[in-house]
Amino acid sequence: MHELALAQALVEQVDAVISRHSATQASLIRVRIGPLAGVVPELLATAFPLAAAGSRMEHAQLEFAHAPIRVRCQACGAETEALMNRLLCGACGDWHTQVISGDELLLESVELINDTPLDSPRSAHPYV
Amino acid sequence: MCDTCGCNLTPGNQHLAFRPVAKGATAVSVLKGLLAKNDDQAAHNREHFDRRGILAINLMSSPGSGKTALLEATLTALKDEFACAVIEGDLETENDAERIRAVGVTAHQIVTGTACHLDAHLVHDALHHMSLDGVDLLFIENVGNLVCPASFDLGQHLNVTLLSVTEGDDKPAKYPVMFRAADAMLLTKTDLLPVLDDFDPDKAEAHLRNLANPAPVLRLSARKSLGMDAWLAWLRGQLAAQRARVAIGQSRRPAIQSDGMKYHSVTA
Repeated sequence: MHELALAQALVEQVDAVISRHSATQASLIRVRIGPLAGVVPELLATAFPLAAAGSRMEHAQLEFAHAPIRVRCQACGAETEALMNRLLCGACGDWHTQVISGDELLLESVELINDTPLDSPRSAHPYV
Repeated sequence: MCDTCGCNLTPGNQHLAFRPVAKGATAVSVLKGLLAKNDDQAAHNREHFDRRGILAINLMSSPGSGKTALLEATLTALKDEFACAVIEGDLETENDAERIRAVGVTAHQIVTGTACHLDAHLVHDALHHMSLDGVDLLFIENVGNLVCPASFDLGQHLNVTLLSVTEGDDKPAKYPVMFRAADAMLLTKTDLLPVLDDFDPDKAEAHLRNLANPAPVLRLSARKSLGMDAWLAWLRGQLAAQRARVAIGQSRRPAIQSDGMKYHSVTA
């Protein structure tokens, strides 16, 4: 249910990126959401068009990067994959582990479109 | 963290920063936590608390697992020892704040309307409606919900998650995001255990350990005053620890945010 709040935060952040790079719109938005972030990508994908309506990313594609759950064992040092409700070491079974991946909630990258003609002074900006 | 000079690029994530895109388009790397705005506000709230030496505790649980009853009993026991204040979060009604005020403690009610969780901005607004001068302990009673509140930092130092014995003992396995964030798990309403043969406190604790969470598990009944001493002792210890941190200019974020993040290439 809080995915709408997140979609609004996402739109705000992407809008700031569009402005910062003097672009006209975003064509692709890539986010990385780990299973332990407490966010359901499908729900965020549903909420996004509502939050993005009328904005400069209205037609942008929302892409999710896969973030597997991995833990590092503090007992044996192994790095293994784990399940969401079983964050145990895959090697020795100890529960003293640290999640090293799988709880991310990141706006990773944005692809921008700049409609300004190539011969305009704006295109000289070094943002590639 | 900054978006202008490239300092958020690290060896671990720089491969994401530059990749070929279609002609006419530009790819920019952002690598910023989706909740960055909330997190900034939460950090600001935490500064407010630290400046005044306040320990802020976020109470989370399902609806009806006894957060307000726990607060009533806790405040009754501690109000002469420490100055306490409470922020209550609910979708509707001022009922919980009134219950706290009846004990003689300052309480501000946040009515979220339809929102299923508190966020850092709501808490900040609430702080402007109450005086924090002289306060030692601030309890924030989140909206009863085992899902959404776990994702929003409010500026608290500690998360305390309640699990009442009338719920299933496998709740930590079903709601791992919430229980992974707990700095202490309280098994509440334990006076009912004799009539509930399907709740095993040891199993509940084992499910918590499966989330790699070393948090203490305290068993208590606020209504029948069982196990309250251990909880009050834990609170006193945490307040002393907070004062020690403040004295040397340090702070603390709830467990998973401080420990987990250092293993990531990017902080949210």
